[in-house]
Amino acid sequence: MQHTATQDTLVGLFVASGIAGLFFLALQVSNLSSFGDKDTYTVTASFESSGGLKVKSAVSAAGVKIGKVTDIRFDPKTYQSVVSMAIESQYNTLPEDTTASIFTAGLLGEQYVNLEPGGSEAVLKNGGKIDLTQSAIILEKVIGQFLFKSAEEKAQGDKKE
Amino acid sequence: MMQFLQNLGASTRTSFTKLGRATYFLIQTLAGIFSILIRPRLLMNQMFSVGVLSFLIITISGLFVGMVLGLQGFYILSDFGAEESLGIMVAASLVRELGPVVTALLFAGRAGSALTAEIGLMKATEQLSGMEMMAIDPIRRIITPRFLAGFLSMPLLAALFSAVGIIGGQLIGTGLLGVDDGAYWAQMQTQLDFYDDIINGVIKSVIFGFVTSWIALFEGYDAIPTSEGVSRATTRTVVNSAFSILGLDFILTALMFGDN
Repeated sequence: MQHTATQDTLVGLFVASGIAGLFFLALQVSNLSSFGDKDTYTVTASFESSGGLKVKSAVSAAGVKIGKVTDIRFDPKTYQSVVSMAIESQYNTLPEDTTASIFTAGLLGEQYVNLEPGGSEAVLKNGGKIDLTQSAIILEKVIGQFLFKSAEEKAQGDKKE
Repeated sequence: MMQFLQNLGASTRTSFTKLGRATYFLIQTLAGIFSILIRPRLLMNQMFSVGVLSFLIITISGLFVGMVLGLQGFYILSDFGAEESLGIMVAASLVRELGPVVTALLFAGRAGSALTAEIGLMKATEQLSGMEMMAIDPIRRIITPRFLAGFLSMPLLAALFSAVGIIGGQLIGTGLLGVDDGAYWAQMQTQLDFYDDIINGVIKSVIFGFVTSWIALFEGYDAIPTSEGVSRATTRTVVNSAFSILGLDFILTALMFGDN
Protein backbone atom coordinates (compact mmCIF):
# COMPACT_ATOMS: atom_id res chain seq x y z
CA MET A 1 0.00 0.00 0.00
CA GLN A 2 1.19 3.48 -0.84
CA HIS A 3 2.02 5.81 2.01
CA THR A 4 0.43 9.05 1.03
CA ALA A 5 -0.19 12.29 2.84
CA THR A 6 -3.89 11.96 2.09
CA GLN A 7 -4.02 8.70 3.96
CA ASP A 8 -2.37 10.26 6.99
CA THR A 9 -4.84 13.11 6.88
CA LEU A 10 -7.77 10.71 6.73
CA VAL A 11 -6.46 8.65 9.65
CA GLY A 12 -5.96 11.88 11.57
CA LEU A 13 -9.49 13.02 10.77
CA PHE A 14 -10.86 9.64 11.81
CA VAL A 15 -9.08 9.68 15.18
CA ALA A 16 -10.07 13.31 15.75
CA SER A 17 -13.72 12.64 14.99
CA GLY A 18 -13.71 9.59 17.25
CA ILE A 19 -12.30 11.65 20.11
CA ALA A 20 -14.78 14.43 19.31
CA GLY A 21 -17.56 11.83 19.59
CA LEU A 22 -16.28 10.83 23.03
CA PHE A 23 -16.15 14.46 24.12
CA PHE A 24 -19.66 14.99 22.84
CA LEU A 25 -20.88 12.04 24.91
CA ALA A 26 -19.01 13.26 27.97
CA LEU A 27 -20.08 16.89 27.82
CA GLN A 28 -23.40 16.99 26.04
CA VAL A 29 -24.98 13.68 26.97
CA SER A 30 -23.82 12.91 30.50
CA ASN A 31 -23.88 15.06 33.60
CA LEU A 32 -20.16 15.81 33.49
CA SER A 33 -20.77 19.31 32.13
CA SER A 34 -22.84 20.32 35.14
CA PHE A 35 -19.67 20.82 37.19
CA GLY A 36 -19.26 24.53 37.72
CA ASP A 37 -20.32 25.69 34.29
CA LYS A 38 -22.38 28.51 35.76
CA ASP A 39 -22.03 30.87 38.71
CA THR A 40 -24.27 29.84 41.55
CA TYR A 41 -25.05 30.84 45.11
CA THR A 42 -26.16 28.50 47.86
CA VAL A 43 -29.20 28.73 50.08
CA THR A 44 -30.49 26.17 52.55
CA ALA A 45 -33.95 25.22 53.70
CA SER A 46 -35.09 22.87 56.49
CA PHE A 47 -37.95 20.53 55.79
CA GLU A 48 -39.93 18.27 58.12
CA SER A 49 -39.37 15.60 55.50
CA SER A 50 -37.61 15.81 52.17
CA GLY A 51 -39.36 12.71 50.85
CA GLY A 52 -37.83 11.30 47.69
CA LEU A 53 -35.78 14.40 46.92
CA LYS A 54 -32.31 13.58 45.67
CA VAL A 55 -29.03 15.39 45.10
CA LYS A 56 -29.17 16.91 41.56
CA SER A 57 -32.96 17.26 41.76
CA ALA A 58 -34.22 20.43 40.13
CA VAL A 59 -34.96 23.69 41.94
CA SER A 60 -37.51 25.74 40.06
CA ALA A 61 -39.47 28.92 40.38
CA ALA A 62 -42.67 29.49 38.43
CA GLY A 63 -41.95 26.27 36.57
CA VAL A 64 -38.51 27.34 35.31
CA LYS A 65 -35.44 25.45 36.47
CA ILE A 66 -33.13 27.92 38.23
CA GLY A 67 -30.82 25.62 40.16
CA LYS A 68 -30.32 22.21 41.67
CA VAL A 69 -30.12 20.43 45.01
CA THR A 70 -26.50 19.97 46.06
CA ASP A 71 -26.81 18.32 49.45
CA ILE A 72 -29.41 16.75 51.73
CA ARG A 73 -28.51 16.18 55.40
CA PHE A 74 -30.34 15.15 58.52
CA ASP A 75 -30.00 17.68 61.32
CA PRO A 76 -29.70 15.69 64.58
CA LYS A 77 -30.74 18.71 66.72
CA THR A 78 -33.94 19.79 65.02
CA TYR A 79 -34.70 16.35 63.52
CA GLN A 80 -35.24 18.04 60.20
CA SER A 81 -33.85 17.52 56.76
CA VAL A 82 -31.54 20.32 55.64
CA VAL A 83 -31.51 20.77 51.88
CA SER A 84 -28.79 22.89 50.24
CA MET A 85 -29.57 24.34 46.85
CA ALA A 86 -27.28 25.97 44.30
CA ILE A 87 -29.18 28.69 42.45
CA GLU A 88 -27.82 30.39 39.36
CA SER A 89 -26.42 33.84 40.14
CA GLN A 90 -28.52 35.57 37.49
CA TYR A 91 -31.58 34.87 39.63
CA ASN A 92 -30.40 36.87 42.65
CA THR A 93 -33.61 38.77 43.31
CA LEU A 94 -35.46 36.12 45.33
CA PRO A 95 -36.94 37.80 48.44
CA GLU A 96 -36.09 36.56 51.93
CA ASP A 97 -39.61 35.35 52.61
CA THR A 98 -39.59 32.95 49.69
CA THR A 99 -41.47 29.72 50.37
CA ALA A 100 -39.76 26.44 49.45
CA SER A 101 -42.01 23.44 48.85
CA ILE A 102 -41.24 19.95 47.64
CA PHE A 103 -43.51 18.97 44.78
CA THR A 104 -43.75 15.97 42.51
CA ALA A 105 -43.66 16.38 38.75
CA GLY A 106 -46.72 14.48 37.61
CA LEU A 107 -48.26 11.70 39.66
CA LEU A 108 -45.24 9.40 39.64
CA GLY A 109 -42.55 11.82 38.49
CA GLU A 110 -39.39 13.08 40.14
CA GLN A 111 -39.59 15.33 43.17
CA TYR A 112 -38.29 18.89 42.94
CA VAL A 113 -38.08 22.01 45.07
CA ASN A 114 -40.43 24.81 44.09
CA LEU A 115 -39.62 28.35 45.23
CA GLU A 116 -42.46 30.82 45.55
CA PRO A 117 -41.28 34.42 46.02
CA GLY A 118 -42.82 36.46 48.81
CA GLY A 119 -43.14 40.23 49.10
CA SER A 120 -40.10 41.19 51.15
CA GLU A 121 -37.69 43.89 49.96
CA ALA A 122 -34.57 42.07 51.21
CA VAL A 123 -33.18 39.38 48.92
CA LEU A 124 -31.61 36.01 49.69
CA LYS A 125 -27.81 36.07 49.79
CA ASN A 126 -25.22 33.32 49.44
CA GLY A 127 -25.52 31.06 52.49
CA GLY A 128 -28.98 32.37 53.24
CA LYS A 129 -31.73 30.30 54.79
CA ILE A 130 -35.30 29.91 53.63
CA ASP A 131 -37.55 29.82 56.71
CA LEU A 132 -40.91 29.13 55.14
CA THR A 133 -41.01 25.54 53.95
CA GLN A 134 -43.55 22.94 53.05
CA SER A 135 -42.58 19.28 53.25
CA ALA A 136 -42.85 16.64 50.62
CA ILE A 137 -46.24 15.01 50.38
CA ILE A 138 -45.87 11.35 51.19
CA LEU A 139 -48.56 9.42 49.44
CA GLU A 140 -48.85 6.68 52.10
CA LYS A 141 -49.39 9.30 54.81
CA VAL A 142 -52.11 11.04 52.83
CA ILE A 143 -53.90 7.76 52.14
CA GLY A 144 -53.53 6.79 55.81
CA GLN A 145 -55.05 10.08 56.98
CA PHE A 146 -57.85 9.75 54.49
CA LEU A 147 -58.71 6.24 55.62
CA PHE A 148 -58.53 7.26 59.29
CA LYS A 149 -60.77 10.25 58.69
CA SER A 150 -63.41 8.31 56.80
CA ALA A 151 -63.42 5.60 59.49
CA GLU A 152 -63.85 8.30 62.17
CA GLU A 153 -66.75 9.89 60.32
CA LYS A 154 -68.39 6.54 59.95
CA ALA A 155 -68.05 5.87 63.71
CA GLN A 156 -69.54 9.27 64.55
CA GLY A 157 -72.39 8.65 62.17
CA ASP A 158 -73.10 5.31 63.87
CA LYS A 159 -73.20 6.97 67.33
CA LYS A 160 -75.80 9.54 66.26
CA GLU A 161 -78.25 6.92 65.07
CA MET B 1 -22.97 -45.72 19.55
CA MET B 2 -19.20 -46.20 19.73
CA GLN B 3 -18.89 -44.25 16.52
CA PHE B 4 -20.89 -41.37 18.02
CA LEU B 5 -18.75 -41.26 21.16
CA GLN B 6 -15.59 -41.33 19.09
CA ASN B 7 -16.83 -38.43 16.96
CA LEU B 8 -17.83 -36.47 20.03
CA GLY B 9 -14.43 -36.98 21.62
CA ALA B 10 -12.62 -36.10 18.44
CA SER B 11 -14.56 -32.89 17.88
CA THR B 12 -14.12 -31.83 21.52
CA ARG B 13 -10.41 -32.42 21.22
CA THR B 14 -10.25 -30.46 17.96
CA SER B 15 -12.00 -27.47 19.48
CA PHE B 16 -9.72 -27.44 22.52
CA THR B 17 -6.69 -27.72 20.26
CA LYS B 18 -7.98 -24.80 18.24
CA LEU B 19 -8.57 -22.72 21.36
CA GLY B 20 -5.02 -23.50 22.46
CA ARG B 21 -3.64 -22.46 19.08
CA ALA B 22 -5.71 -19.28 19.24
CA THR B 23 -4.30 -18.43 22.66
CA TYR B 24 -0.74 -19.07 21.52
CA PHE B 25 -1.42 -16.91 18.47
CA LEU B 26 -2.73 -14.11 20.70
CA ILE B 27 0.34 -14.21 22.92
CA GLN B 28 2.63 -14.07 19.88
CA THR B 29 0.61 -11.15 18.52
CA LEU B 30 0.79 -9.22 21.77
CA ALA B 31 4.50 -9.92 22.06
CA GLY B 32 4.97 -8.13 18.74
CA ILE B 33 3.49 -4.86 20.00
CA PHE B 34 6.85 -3.29 20.81
CA SER B 35 8.06 -3.73 17.23
CA ILE B 36 5.20 -1.43 16.19
CA LEU B 37 6.98 1.41 17.97
CA ILE B 38 9.86 1.00 15.52
CA ARG B 39 7.57 0.90 12.48
CA PRO B 40 4.50 3.05 13.19
CA ARG B 41 3.83 3.23 9.42
CA LEU B 42 2.43 -0.30 9.46
CA LEU B 43 -0.10 0.70 12.09
CA MET B 44 -1.08 3.86 10.21
CA ASN B 45 -1.81 1.88 7.04
CA GLN B 46 -4.01 -0.52 8.95
CA MET B 47 -5.79 2.25 10.85
CA PHE B 48 -6.71 3.54 7.42
CA SER B 49 -8.11 0.30 6.04
CA VAL B 50 -9.73 -0.87 9.29
CA GLY B 51 -10.86 2.41 10.84
CA VAL B 52 -11.27 5.06 8.20
CA LEU B 53 -12.96 2.78 5.69
CA SER B 54 -15.46 1.64 8.36
CA PHE B 55 -16.25 5.27 9.20
CA LEU B 56 -19.05 5.71 6.69
CA ILE B 57 -20.99 2.53 7.44
CA ILE B 58 -20.76 3.20 11.17
CA THR B 59 -21.95 6.80 11.04
CA ILE B 60 -24.78 6.09 8.60
CA SER B 61 -25.98 3.06 10.59
CA GLY B 62 -25.71 5.11 13.79
CA LEU B 63 -27.85 7.84 12.33
CA PHE B 64 -30.55 5.41 11.25
CA VAL B 65 -30.51 3.42 14.49
CA GLY B 66 -30.90 6.69 16.42
CA MET B 67 -33.75 7.82 14.19
CA VAL B 68 -35.59 4.50 14.57
CA LEU B 69 -35.13 4.65 18.35
CA GLY B 70 -36.55 8.16 18.29
CA LEU B 71 -39.62 7.04 16.36
CA GLN B 72 -40.31 3.83 18.27
CA GLY B 73 -39.54 5.38 21.62
CA PHE B 74 -41.88 8.27 20.93
CA TYR B 75 -44.82 6.00 20.08
CA ILE B 76 -44.37 3.90 23.21
CA LEU B 77 -43.63 6.80 25.57
CA SER B 78 -46.50 8.96 24.29
CA ASP B 79 -48.92 6.26 25.49
CA PHE B 80 -47.79 7.11 29.02
CA GLY B 81 -47.54 10.84 28.41
CA ALA B 82 -43.79 10.64 28.96
CA GLU B 83 -42.49 11.96 25.62
CA GLU B 84 -40.01 14.13 27.50
CA SER B 85 -38.13 10.98 28.48
CA LEU B 86 -37.31 10.28 24.82
CA GLY B 87 -33.82 11.74 25.22
CA ILE B 88 -32.82 9.52 28.09
CA MET B 89 -34.31 6.46 26.40
CA VAL B 90 -32.42 7.01 23.14
CA ALA B 91 -29.18 7.98 24.88
CA ALA B 92 -29.16 5.20 27.46
CA SER B 93 -29.91 2.45 24.97
CA LEU B 94 -27.25 3.76 22.58
CA VAL B 95 -24.50 4.44 25.08
CA ARG B 96 -24.98 1.32 27.17
CA GLU B 97 -25.92 -1.32 24.62
CA LEU B 98 -26.51 -0.51 20.99
CA GLY B 99 -23.43 1.66 20.46
CA PRO B 100 -20.85 -0.95 21.46
CA VAL B 101 -22.78 -4.01 20.24
CA VAL B 102 -24.02 -2.85 16.84
CA THR B 103 -20.68 -1.20 16.11
CA ALA B 104 -18.90 -4.45 16.95
CA LEU B 105 -21.25 -6.49 14.75
CA LEU B 106 -20.84 -4.08 11.84
CA PHE B 107 -17.11 -3.99 12.46
CA ALA B 108 -16.93 -7.80 12.34
CA GLY B 109 -18.84 -7.77 9.06
CA ARG B 110 -17.02 -4.87 7.45
CA ALA B 111 -13.44 -5.08 8.75
CA GLY B 112 -13.23 -8.54 10.37
CA SER B 113 -14.23 -10.47 7.29
CA ALA B 114 -11.84 -8.41 5.15
CA LEU B 115 -8.98 -9.14 7.56
CA THR B 116 -9.67 -12.89 7.52
CA ALA B 117 -9.89 -13.00 3.75
CA GLU B 118 -6.70 -10.98 3.38
CA ILE B 119 -4.66 -13.09 5.78
CA GLY B 120 -6.18 -16.33 4.46
CA LEU B 121 -5.26 -15.42 0.89
CA MET B 122 -1.78 -14.41 1.96
CA LYS B 123 -1.45 -17.87 3.44
CA ALA B 124 -2.98 -19.59 0.37
CA THR B 125 -0.62 -17.76 -1.98
CA GLU B 126 2.29 -18.60 0.33
CA GLN B 127 3.17 -14.99 1.05
CA LEU B 128 3.42 -15.75 4.76
CA SER B 129 5.85 -18.63 4.26
CA GLY B 130 7.71 -16.43 1.78
CA MET B 131 8.23 -13.88 4.53
CA GLU B 132 9.48 -16.53 6.88
CA MET B 133 12.01 -17.58 4.21
CA MET B 134 13.29 -14.00 4.21
CA ALA B 135 13.54 -14.17 8.03
CA ILE B 136 10.67 -11.71 8.51
CA ASP B 137 8.26 -12.68 11.26
CA PRO B 138 4.82 -12.58 9.57
CA ILE B 139 3.10 -12.19 12.93
CA ARG B 140 4.98 -9.03 13.76
CA ARG B 141 4.88 -7.64 10.27
CA ILE B 142 1.32 -8.55 9.25
CA ILE B 143 -0.78 -9.59 12.23
CA THR B 144 0.15 -7.25 15.08
CA PRO B 145 -0.45 -3.97 13.20
CA ARG B 146 -3.87 -5.20 12.11
CA PHE B 147 -4.72 -6.35 15.60
CA LEU B 148 -3.74 -3.02 17.16
CA ALA B 149 -5.59 -1.07 14.49
CA GLY B 150 -8.80 -2.99 15.21
CA PHE B 151 -8.32 -2.67 18.94
CA LEU B 152 -7.81 1.11 18.72
CA SER B 153 -10.48 1.82 16.10
CA MET B 154 -13.35 0.06 17.84
CA PRO B 155 -13.86 2.47 20.81
CA LEU B 156 -13.60 5.47 18.49
CA LEU B 157 -16.15 3.99 16.10
CA ALA B 158 -18.51 3.06 18.96
CA ALA B 159 -18.33 6.58 20.40
CA LEU B 160 -19.09 8.01 16.97
CA PHE B 161 -21.98 5.60 16.54
CA SER B 162 -23.56 6.66 19.85
CA ALA B 163 -22.97 10.36 19.24
CA VAL B 164 -24.44 10.26 15.73
CA GLY B 165 -27.34 8.11 16.96
CA ILE B 166 -28.25 10.59 19.70
CA ILE B 167 -28.25 13.39 17.15
CA GLY B 168 -30.41 11.23 14.85
CA GLY B 169 -32.87 10.66 17.67
CA GLN B 170 -32.96 14.37 18.32
CA LEU B 171 -33.61 15.13 14.63
CA ILE B 172 -36.65 12.84 14.64
CA GLY B 173 -37.83 13.55 18.17
CA THR B 174 -37.62 17.32 18.26
CA GLY B 175 -37.73 18.06 14.56
CA LEU B 176 -40.50 15.76 13.41
CA LEU B 177 -42.47 14.66 16.45
CA GLY B 178 -42.39 17.85 18.47
CA VAL B 179 -40.63 16.75 21.67
CA ASP B 180 -39.21 19.77 23.49
CA ASP B 181 -35.56 20.23 22.59
CA GLY B 182 -34.55 21.30 26.09
CA ALA B 183 -36.29 18.32 27.70
CA TYR B 184 -34.56 15.96 25.27
CA TRP B 185 -31.09 17.05 26.39
CA ALA B 186 -31.89 17.87 30.02
CA GLN B 187 -33.39 14.47 30.86
CA MET B 188 -30.37 12.85 29.29
CA GLN B 189 -27.93 14.97 31.25
CA THR B 190 -29.60 14.43 34.60
CA GLN B 191 -30.01 10.68 34.22
CA LEU B 192 -26.84 9.52 32.49
CA ASP B 193 -23.70 9.30 34.55
CA PHE B 194 -20.31 9.80 32.98
CA TYR B 195 -18.58 6.94 34.79
CA ASP B 196 -21.46 4.48 35.11
CA ASP B 197 -22.77 4.79 31.60
CA ILE B 198 -20.27 6.29 29.21
CA ILE B 199 -17.06 4.82 30.58
CA ASN B 200 -18.70 1.40 30.86
CA GLY B 201 -19.81 1.68 27.24
CA VAL B 202 -16.24 2.50 26.22
CA ILE B 203 -14.91 -0.46 28.22
CA LYS B 204 -17.38 -2.70 26.40
CA SER B 205 -16.28 -1.49 23.00
CA VAL B 206 -12.60 -1.95 23.90
CA ILE B 207 -13.28 -5.57 24.86
CA PHE B 208 -15.32 -6.17 21.72
CA GLY B 209 -12.57 -4.65 19.58
CA PHE B 210 -10.02 -6.95 21.18
CA VAL B 211 -12.13 -10.08 20.69
CA THR B 212 -13.29 -9.28 17.16
CA SER B 213 -9.79 -8.52 15.91
CA TRP B 214 -8.43 -11.64 17.59
CA ILE B 215 -11.06 -13.90 16.02
CA ALA B 216 -10.74 -12.35 12.55
CA LEU B 217 -6.95 -12.58 12.47
CA PHE B 218 -6.75 -16.04 13.95
CA GLU B 219 -9.34 -17.46 11.56
CA GLY B 220 -7.38 -16.04 8.66
CA TYR B 221 -4.06 -17.29 9.98
CA ASP B 222 -5.52 -20.71 10.76
CA ALA B 223 -7.45 -21.06 7.48
CA ILE B 224 -6.95 -24.08 5.23
CA PRO B 225 -4.94 -22.54 2.40
CA THR B 226 -7.40 -23.18 -0.40
CA SER B 227 -10.09 -20.94 -1.85
CA GLU B 228 -12.76 -23.01 -0.09
CA GLY B 229 -10.85 -22.87 3.20
CA VAL B 230 -10.58 -19.10 3.03
CA SER B 231 -14.28 -18.75 2.31
CA ARG B 232 -15.13 -20.98 5.27
CA ALA B 233 -12.78 -19.06 7.53
CA THR B 234 -14.45 -15.78 6.56
CA THR B 235 -17.86 -17.23 7.41
CA ARG B 236 -16.54 -18.49 10.74
CA THR B 237 -15.14 -15.05 11.56
CA VAL B 238 -18.52 -13.39 11.20
CA VAL B 239 -20.43 -16.14 13.01
CA ASN B 240 -17.98 -16.53 15.89
CA SER B 241 -17.57 -12.79 16.32
CA ALA B 242 -21.33 -12.31 16.52
CA PHE B 243 -21.65 -15.09 19.10
CA SER B 244 -18.77 -13.81 21.22
CA ILE B 245 -19.97 -10.20 21.08
CA LEU B 246 -23.51 -11.01 22.13
CA GLY B 247 -22.46 -13.51 24.80
CA LEU B 248 -19.81 -11.19 26.23
CA ASP B 249 -22.28 -8.32 26.16
CA PHE B 250 -24.61 -10.23 28.41
CA ILE B 251 -21.84 -11.00 30.90
CA LEU B 252 -20.47 -7.46 30.83
CA THR B 253 -23.91 -5.93 31.28
CA ALA B 254 -24.60 -8.20 34.25
CA LEU B 255 -21.26 -7.15 35.78
CA MET B 256 -21.53 -3.42 35.08
CA PHE B 257 -25.18 -2.59 35.53
CA GLY B 258 -26.16 -5.45 37.82
CA ASP B 259 -26.28 -3.62 41.15
CA ASN B 260 -28.51 -0.70 40.27
